[in-house]
Amino acid sequence: MSREITLSKAVNEAIAEEMRRDPAIFLIGEDVAEAGTPFKVLSGLVEEFGPDRIIDTPISEPGFMGIAVGAAMTGSRPIVDLMFGDFLFLVMDQLCNQAAKTHYMSGGKLQVPLVLRTNLGATRRSAAQHSQSLHALVAHIPGLKVALPSSAYEAKGLLKTAIRDDNPVVIFEDKLMYNDKAPVPEEEYLIPFGEAAVLREGHEITLVATSSMVQVALKAADLLDRDGISAEVIDPRTIVPLDEETILSSVRKTSRAIVIDEGHQNFGITGEIASRISEKAFYHLDAPVVRMGAMDVPVPFSPALEDLTVPTPETVAENARLSVRGELFHAA
Amino acid sequence: MAPKKKTNTEDYLQMYRQMVRIRAFEDNANQLYLSAKMPGLTHMYSGQEAVAVGICEALEDTDKITSTHRGHGHCVAKGAEFKEMFCELLGKAEGYCRGKGGSMHIADQSHGNLGANAIVGGSMGIATGAAFSAKRLGTKDVAVCFFGDGATAQGLWYEVMNMAALWSLPVIYACENNGYSEYTKTEEIAAGSLTARAQAFGIEAHSVDGQDVLAVNELAQKLVARARKGEGPFFIELKTYRYHGHHVGDINRDYYRSKDEEAEWKITRDPIVNFGKWLEAEGVLSADELVAINDEIKADAKAAVDYALDAAYPPTGEVDMHVFAGVDHALSYV
Ligand SMILES: Cc1ncc(C[n+]2csc(CCOP(=O)(O)OP(=O)(O)O)c2C)c(N)n1
Ligand SMILES: [Mg+2]
Repeated sequence: MSREITLSKAVNEAIAEEMRRDPAIFLIGEDVAEAGTPFKVLSGLVEEFGPDRIIDTPISEPGFMGIAVGAAMTGSRPIVDLMFGDFLFLVMDQLCNQAAKTHYMSGGKLQVPLVLRTNLGATRRSAAQHSQSLHALVAHIPGLKVALPSSAYEAKGLLKTAIRDDNPVVIFEDKLMYNDKAPVPEEEYLIPFGEAAVLREGHEITLVATSSMVQVALKAADLLDRDGISAEVIDPRTIVPLDEETILSSVRKTSRAIVIDEGHQNFGITGEIASRISEKAFYHLDAPVVRMGAMDVPVPFSPALEDLTVPTPETVAENARLSVRGELFHAA
Repeated sequence: MAPKKKTNTEDYLQMYRQMVRIRAFEDNANQLYLSAKMPGLTHMYSGQEAVAVGICEALEDTDKITSTHRGHGHCVAKGAEFKEMFCELLGKAEGYCRGKGGSMHIADQSHGNLGANAIVGGSMGIATGAAFSAKRLGTKDVAVCFFGDGATAQGLWYEVMNMAALWSLPVIYACENNGYSEYTKTEEIAAGSLTARAQAFGIEAHSVDGQDVLAVNELAQKLVARARKGEGPFFIELKTYRYHGHHVGDINRDYYRSKDEEAEWKITRDPIVNFGKWLEAEGVLSADELVAINDEIKADAKAAVDYALDAAYPPTGEVDMHVFAGVDHALSYV
C-alpha cells in the first residue's frame, strides 16, 4: 500500500517509528520541540515522546553536538538536528575530529552511533550563509557515512537505516523539497546504504545526480528525449558508501556520463564520481566525463545572480547534447 | 545656557528621527514581503529602535559596529540611506552590497557598519577584532557588538570576552534581550544571569531599559568615552521586545507568545511613542511637529521603495566578481 506524503512527513515518520522501537534514541537541537523546527518537520514529536527525548537546546551547536557524541559513546543513540547545513562549520571539530575517529582510534572498542540530520540547497533567496551544500566536506572525512535523499521515499528509508547504523551518519535533506510529495509505502521499509537507484533507463548517456539535482536530471532526460537522446538517470542515494558498480555498469553501456551535484564543483562530489568513472570505465568512454556542480562562488542573494549558480535541466541537457554529438570542449 | 539647550534639542530630534526612520523602514520591508515583492525572508527590528539609536548616537562614523540577522535597525542608526538599503533587500545592483548580501548581510562600510550576520554570534569575533585593530593602530575607535539573548549561548562569546578583558580592548558587547530566540523564551535557554557571565571575566556589566532611548544613550555615551580612554571592554544588557514574529513569515505565533503580551509592550512601552510624549511634555516639539516628522519620513521611505522596485538587478557578469580581492572574475582564476 502506498500513499503520497511530503518529504517533511516522511522524515517525521521515520523518527517516530524508530523512537517507538528503540528507547535509546533521543533527538536534540534548536527549536525542535514545540516549534518542531522552522521547517515544521518535527511537529508532533514532542507531544508523543516528551521533552526528555525531543530536546530543545540553546543556540550552542558545538556544545550539543559534543553532548551527542559523548552520549552516543555511552549507550544512547542521538539524532542531532542541525537547522541549516551551513552550521556544519560550527560543529566540525566534534563531528570530524571526535565522532568520525573514535571507533578507529579506540581500535574498534568505542562506537558512535549518531545521526546528524541537516540540509542543503540554494535558490531559496537565503544568501551565502544559509544556502550551502556542504556534503563534500564531511564525505572527505573517513569514518562518516553520508546519505543524500532525493525524495520523500528515500528520506524515510535512508533515515531509518541511518538511525540503526552504529556509526556517525550525516544525512542532508534538500530544504526546498520539504513540501514535495512522493509515494511512500504504509508498511515499514529500509533503504540499505551503498545501493544506487536507477530512476530512468537509457542507452546514450548516464546522468548521475544527487539529492536536489535528481529532479533536475530527470527533467533534463525529458528534454533530451524530445531530441531523440536516451539518457539513463542514476541516484547514488549515499555517497559514503558509494555504489560504484551501478554507476560503472551504466557507463559501460552508455559510454558517456555527466555528474550533477549541488555542492561547489571544484574539489567536490562531482569530481570524485567523475574520476572514479574515468579510472574504472576509461576504455568504455566515448567522451570526457562532465562535472556539473554549483558555481564556485559564495551563494549570492540577488535572484538575478543566484539562479545562475546551480545546474538546471536546460544546462544539463545542453551538456548532454554536446557530449553525444562529440562536441564537448575537450573532445578533439 | 542657551547653546547647550540647542545641542540637546538637536540630539533629541536626531534620536527621534532615527527611531522613526527605522520603524518606517521596517513597515515597508514587511509590506514588501507580504506583497511577495521581496526575495526570501527578513527579520524585523520594530520595537527595538531605542537600542540601536541610543547606542549609535553615541558613536562616530569611524567607530565600528557589527550587527545581526535582525540588522536593519543597526544599519539605519549607523547612518545608512533608505535607497541603498531597499535596493539591497530587493537584490538590486545599487544596494549597499550590490545585491550580493541581502537583508541578512547588509553592510555599510562608509559608516563603520561591518555587516549584519546570518550566523548567530558570528560577529562576536569580528567586533572584538575591530577593537583589537583600533588599539593596535591607536585610532581611538570603539567597536560595538550587537547580538541577541540567544547568541549568548555561543561559546565564541566567552573566548573573545576573555581576550578582550585580558587585553583591555575598546569593545562594547551590547546584548539585545528581547525575551526570545526564535520560538523559545530566554529563560529556557539561559542559565544564571547574563551580566554575571561578563562580570566573571572582570568586565563591567550594565543592565538598562532598552525601550528608553535617553537612558540607553546616556549609558552609551559614558561607556564609549571610557572605552576610548582604554577602560574597556564593557557589557550592556538591554531589555527590549520585538514586535513582529521571529521573521516576517512567523505569523501564527500564539503557541510561544501571547497576543496580550505583545499588546502590552506595544501599548505601554513603545520607544517612539514614549519618547515623542516626553519631547512634547518638555516643550521640545509640538504634537504637530511630531506628526510632520513622521509624515516626511514615511514619504522618504515610500520614495526609496519605489526607486528600489524599479532599479536594475546586477548584470549577470557580476556573479563571479568579488570572490577574491584583486581578482576581477573568480571563474577564470580558480
Ligand atoms: C549558528 C546559528 N544557529 C542557529 C541559527 C538560526 N537562528 C537564526 S536567528 C536565531 C535566534 C536568535 O535569537 P537572538 O540571538 O535572541 O536574536 P533575536 O532573533 O531575538 O534578535 C536562530 C536560532 C543561526 N542563524 N545561526
Ligand atoms: Mg532574542
